[in-house]
Amino acid sequence: MSDEPLKTTPLNANHRRRGARMVGFGGYDMPVQYEGVLAEHRWTREHAGLFDVSHMGQCKITGADAIAQFERFVPGDYAILKEGRQKYSLLLNETGGIIDDLMAGKPDHDGLFVVVNAGNKDEDFAFWSANLSGDAKLKILDDRALIAIQGPEAAEVMAAHEPLLAEMGFMDSARLMLFGVDCYVSRSGYTGEDGYEISVPADQADRIWDAILEDARVKPIGLGARDSLRLEAGLPLHGHDIDPNTSPVEGALTFALSKSRKERGDFNGAERVLKELADGPSRVRVGLIVKEGAPAREGAEIADVDGNVIGKVTSGGPSPTLGRNIAMGYVPPVFSELGTDLQVIVRGKAAPAEVVAMPFVAQRYYRKPKA
Amino acid sequence: MKFTKDHEWVRLEGDVVTVGITSHAAEALGDVVFVEVPEAGRQVVAGDSFAVVESVKAASDVYAPVTGEVVEGNGELNGAPETVNADPQGAGWFAKIKVPDTAQLDGLMDQAAYDEYLKTL
Repeated sequence: MSDEPLKTTPLNANHRRRGARMVGFGGYDMPVQYEGVLAEHRWTREHAGLFDVSHMGQCKITGADAIAQFERFVPGDYAILKEGRQKYSLLLNETGGIIDDLMAGKPDHDGLFVVVNAGNKDEDFAFWSANLSGDAKLKILDDRALIAIQGPEAAEVMAAHEPLLAEMGFMDSARLMLFGVDCYVSRSGYTGEDGYEISVPADQADRIWDAILEDARVKPIGLGARDSLRLEAGLPLHGHDIDPNTSPVEGALTFALSKSRKERGDFNGAERVLKELADGPSRVRVGLIVKEGAPAREGAEIADVDGNVIGKVTSGGPSPTLGRNIAMGYVPPVFSELGTDLQVIVRGKAAPAEVVAMPFVAQRYYRKPKA
Repeated sequence: MKFTKDHEWVRLEGDVVTVGITSHAAEALGDVVFVEVPEAGRQVVAGDSFAVVESVKAASDVYAPVTGEVVEGNGELNGAPETVNADPQGAGWFAKIKVPDTAQLDGLMDQAAYDEYLKTL
């Protein structure tokens, strides 16, 4: 950890005014909770939660070579991605390790709009600055805030502000006027719920945050519940569940490998990724239910039923929705079958665990009916 | 009732102290979802971790405020960890510890001193 002072988002004073408890995360002073993690978690699952995710990195990659250059370091097919759509992907190093995971979309006709993790953004932007060649240009959007609204009532809440948003389907991406200003909106998020991520001009964030919160169905939610929500949704957190040593195959993120890109093998780290696809990886990320005792958190050892240590938990904790302790971690593929009995070791005590499917809690994304 | 700088409270009855975490600590932790209390017979040393309390976010050690032998852990907390939030300085106690020497409590803070201490945090 560095001794540099924490940075603030444009909503910092707003969080403090609303009584949030603040902590350092990704180099930013962020709200970890308002009324309490459990209450905020449940509110988001039942109604709509509002999240300040302005610490995340936003940029555009533009120019005639933007797509081709961007694709060199990610395994997704962005050439065929339609305008108005976005796609999850992975920024890969030369050995196929995950430098970061990201969302990149085409909200308009001008290249890609990309959102990356807070803790990695400086590194990501430096990477692209150094490696994008030809006519591709990186433009860091550090004059923007990012607000997420998530939950089963998010769509109705936002439709009251702009009916066009109801027309968007999961992973649609748009650039439009919202609250009277130029916004990038995607129908996506990090909770497993329906909802939107809205990029707004930094100097408008405070007003827009307050306007959305005028609706009684919406409450502000801190990073504590954001973490328990994404864990239930089975979504990895970079720096914990995936990192520059983890491949997309190990990370159980093969859905992010586009068919055309696998066939061409023309992305950074393709050699390792294709080899692991063919021969299997040495370890793979799985979901676990811990059947007894304490929550198994990051760093807890995973053992087979005989007590041989076979892997480690990368995140875990109580699932407020299930009322059980859940975790994700890495094990050799031979132990990754659903239903495999394992153990987790917490403070020296072994507790029974079982490999289960992720997401732990069903995702409720909004898929547009086919026309 | 007396208090430590680590936000534990103790209440002496005879040569047994009941130990728990303060209202301030319970509030700071947030929703308690799991508690691990020591078993009877365990020897504990003041300042050592002797229990664990877990919120949704994290696990936190609870430090023994006194040296002695555990005579009872609060087993009720296994099924109802939320009691620590609801009544931290009452039903949410963690353990009863038999102390060979009650003088070791002399160095702990009384309510007024603890309240003053909280203002400095």
